[in-house]
Amino acid sequence: MRWAVITFPGSCDDHDVFDSLKSDLGQQVKFLWHKEELKGNFDCIVLPGGFSYGDYLRCGAVARFSPIMRGVVKFAQSGGLVLGICNGFQILCESGLLPGALVRNAGLQFVCQQVYLRVEEIDTPFTGGLKKGQLLRLPVKHGEGCYYADAKTLERMHKNRQILLRYVDSKGKITATANPNGSLENIAGVCNEGRNVFGLMPHPEDACSKILGGDDGARIFMSIAAACAERARRHA
Amino acid sequence: MLEPAREEFPQPRVSPEIVAKHGLTPDEYQKIVKALGREPTYTELGVFSVMWSEHCSYKSSRYYLKNLPTEGPYVLQGPGENAGVVDIGGGLAVAFKMESHNHPSFIEPYQGAATGVGGILRDIFTMGARPIASLNSLRFGSIDHPRTRYLLSGVVAGIGGYGNCIGVPTVGGECYFDACYNANILVNAFTLGIVKKKRIFTGIAKGAGNPVMYVGSKTGRDGIHGATMASESFSEEKEQRRPTVQVGDPFTEKLLLEACLELMEKDFIIGIQDMGAAGLTSSSTEMAGRGGCGIELDLSTVPLREKGMTPYEILLSESQERMLLVAKKGTEDAIKKIFDKWDLDAVVVGRVTDDQQFHALWQGEEVARIPIRMLTKDAPVYQRPATRPANHEQIQQLDLSSVAEPSDLSAAFKQLLASPNIASKEWIYRQYDHFVRTNTVVAPGADAAVIRIKGTKKGLALTVDGNSRYCYLDPYVGGVLAVVEAARNLACVGARPIGLTDCLNFGSPENPEVMWQFAQVIQGMRAACLALNVPVVSGNVSFYNETDGVPIHPTPTIGMVGILDKVERLVTPWFKSSGDVVVMLGRTREELGGSEYLQWLHGLTRGTPPWIDLKMEQAVQRCCLEAIDQGMLRSAHDISDGGLAVALAECCIGGPEKPLGVRVQTHEMIRADALLFSESQSRIIVSLEEEDMGRLQEIGTRHNVPVQQIGVVGGTRFSIQPLVQLPLEELKSIWSNGLQARLK
Repeated sequence: MRWAVITFPGSCDDHDVFDSLKSDLGQQVKFLWHKEELKGNFDCIVLPGGFSYGDYLRCGAVARFSPIMRGVVKFAQSGGLVLGICNGFQILCESGLLPGALVRNAGLQFVCQQVYLRVEEIDTPFTGGLKKGQLLRLPVKHGEGCYYADAKTLERMHKNRQILLRYVDSKGKITATANPNGSLENIAGVCNEGRNVFGLMPHPEDACSKILGGDDGARIFMSIAAACAERARRHA
Repeated sequence: MLEPAREEFPQPRVSPEIVAKHGLTPDEYQKIVKALGREPTYTELGVFSVMWSEHCSYKSSRYYLKNLPTEGPYVLQGPGENAGVVDIGGGLAVAFKMESHNHPSFIEPYQGAATGVGGILRDIFTMGARPIASLNSLRFGSIDHPRTRYLLSGVVAGIGGYGNCIGVPTVGGECYFDACYNANILVNAFTLGIVKKKRIFTGIAKGAGNPVMYVGSKTGRDGIHGATMASESFSEEKEQRRPTVQVGDPFTEKLLLEACLELMEKDFIIGIQDMGAAGLTSSSTEMAGRGGCGIELDLSTVPLREKGMTPYEILLSESQERMLLVAKKGTEDAIKKIFDKWDLDAVVVGRVTDDQQFHALWQGEEVARIPIRMLTKDAPVYQRPATRPANHEQIQQLDLSSVAEPSDLSAAFKQLLASPNIASKEWIYRQYDHFVRTNTVVAPGADAAVIRIKGTKKGLALTVDGNSRYCYLDPYVGGVLAVVEAARNLACVGARPIGLTDCLNFGSPENPEVMWQFAQVIQGMRAACLALNVPVVSGNVSFYNETDGVPIHPTPTIGMVGILDKVERLVTPWFKSSGDVVVMLGRTREELGGSEYLQWLHGLTRGTPPWIDLKMEQAVQRCCLEAIDQGMLRSAHDISDGGLAVALAECCIGGPEKPLGVRVQTHEMIRADALLFSESQSRIIVSLEEEDMGRLQEIGTRHNVPVQQIGVVGGTRFSIQPLVQLPLEELKSIWSNGLQARLK
């Protein structure tokens, strides 16, 4: 399986994704530079967290115009897997690859903490290796992670079961205190209608090793790897 | 353009008033005239004023600083460079330093703190090291002071805003509130970076004819005379100094960081230095000073943010996110190509010369020519008068019989737990990204943060520490305690110290009483460093932290780095499982002088700080380290502010996992409040399985350290029989909300 991680100017977690995939999970992974056109064959492209262009404008609003994004959009449209984490999620929303938007946290402060997430849907390549209702413990760290979508969009997302992760308490209940940023319906991660583009605010790459406090993040990456292996097997 | 260049900018004649405005004394001015053999121009006066400012020249502190031990077998770079560097084996080294940004943070808390972080990050990556962890040490006025909330919110947001955006985790820190900081807050920022031993860079200029290049942001008018401002006390009018606070741009710094590290992979540069305080002037002259050469700058080539900037302004601007480097001749285009990739300016602005002069040109005309020595090695050094403060004996008097013991000790304990100095600092650190770079093994909230070193089995432990109340009551002992407590924090996670950096925050050096405090603190630090064998590898002095003649308490903050040979052996402060026995290493004395309890409950900052025996301290630390090495400890936590009761509470509720209760029995024959809240030194609470108790006793006996079994982990209550009884949830809620509730 071939992974790619895009470095935008201001990406911070690009190395985190790269190192976790390579060192902790033994995956093949390559960096891509935002100024270049998308070249090469990849199974999954990751848009990492960070502060592309300093987030001085709306988060992700400038990065979506980076030359490489033309190729990413085409890649997604042709069924390629795209994963956006934190700032990457914001860029995917700005690009129109994912519905909704991420706005300032309800508490108006940057929030860095561990959260519990409940897996809501498992018929996607990103969550296929998980169980419905399973809890994951991952860190969040963002100032603009409050998920918002208008009523019509949300209804469509419900209908298509596009909400993959929700913030919950340690018992798996959706509560206001378990929601770190005021996200609508405690939404932490969503996919597109084609189920091949996934964005989430928590950081799976920061939880791929027991010594760092947990390896639930690895479960998401390994889901993707398994799905790709399955695809390859079917195509072969 | 027929006008001659000279008339494009004002060059006022240098008068005694102008000299005074530049913070130079008449004597210093005479020294300049004598050495130059003429009157300086206005531009030259500006250069002297920043280079001879306290901030840049260390003129009042240098005489004392040389007493600090700076050498050790693993020190690769001691003080005098942008950061200290220590060998950690396997071809790797760590670069670290702490720096103050006190004055700007008081004037403009968000930008002041943000640029403090930006500055220390540049100090680290200029050495060729990738920054991998930051910490900070903060001091604010009384929590009830009307400005404290605004300053705290701004500073914390600023530190987060910069550190988060650049992708360096903030893994720890400390924060204290005391009325002595009402008008002078302290913001000390620490960063550590990792570097291959073979790829360490320094701030040196060498090789006549080599190009001097300017990289990073453009130069604007911000921060002019920032260094001079940091070398003066505050008074009411100085609150109007906002324009001298720089504005940070962490995005540009992120690009600069990546571009510089990419450049350093190549063999193109001789030396590199960050343009921090006193900007282009200090970076160019210090680099030339270290290389024993001269430097010529053509100021007309400096990239500018706005039109009409004068040579004076260009030389003194403290615009952020800029670096100066000396390149090998012929590599200019290759260097430009790297910076072009990152959308940054890289421009040749001068060259190295062999005449040992600082030479600045503007549109072909000379605007400054000063011997480099005068700006560096020959800057003034003062041995200022130092006298013991008049009230010193009086503040050390403490008659405990006049301090009433609380009738309800549980209530007193609850009150102490809610003190903003004791309560959880989660409100602060949850605003900092402490996960990025996937190295953080122990996040904020423990005695020391721990990060792993990728590609090795090792880990690094990092802590910042300092108790200014102790230093106020006895600056010598306070200096000792700041160092030993930092080392004890490291011992509690299982790390051995390899070096320290310091920020020495004091009032005005022109006040003999402050100077005495300074000299005493240094002597105390020296004694502790020698006893524990920890070298001082870098640091910073911040004087003039006083307002209307009232200085802050002397506040040395110590940033200490330790190494764990096997990171998976680390221990955290929190109890792990019911049934484990709770043991105190060391002994509690009836010492309440300078304690948080005496201040918060009785309103007294009096007495003498806790007694310290450096031999016993070392023995306790060794005992803890040995027990951790043998894998027998489940937890270890230093007893400090708030004493035994607070330390036990933190063991129960401070961790990321589910709280655990404790049942403790005590037998010391001292006052009950002292038993609970005394801050006696050289004590550590550990927990372990009962069957390991014999082995721990054996280690204690060998090191001559008292090993007392005081209780057992478990239950849903916090109980110190027969004094304190509380349900765990109540304890947790008081401690978690103590600070937060006051900030709503």
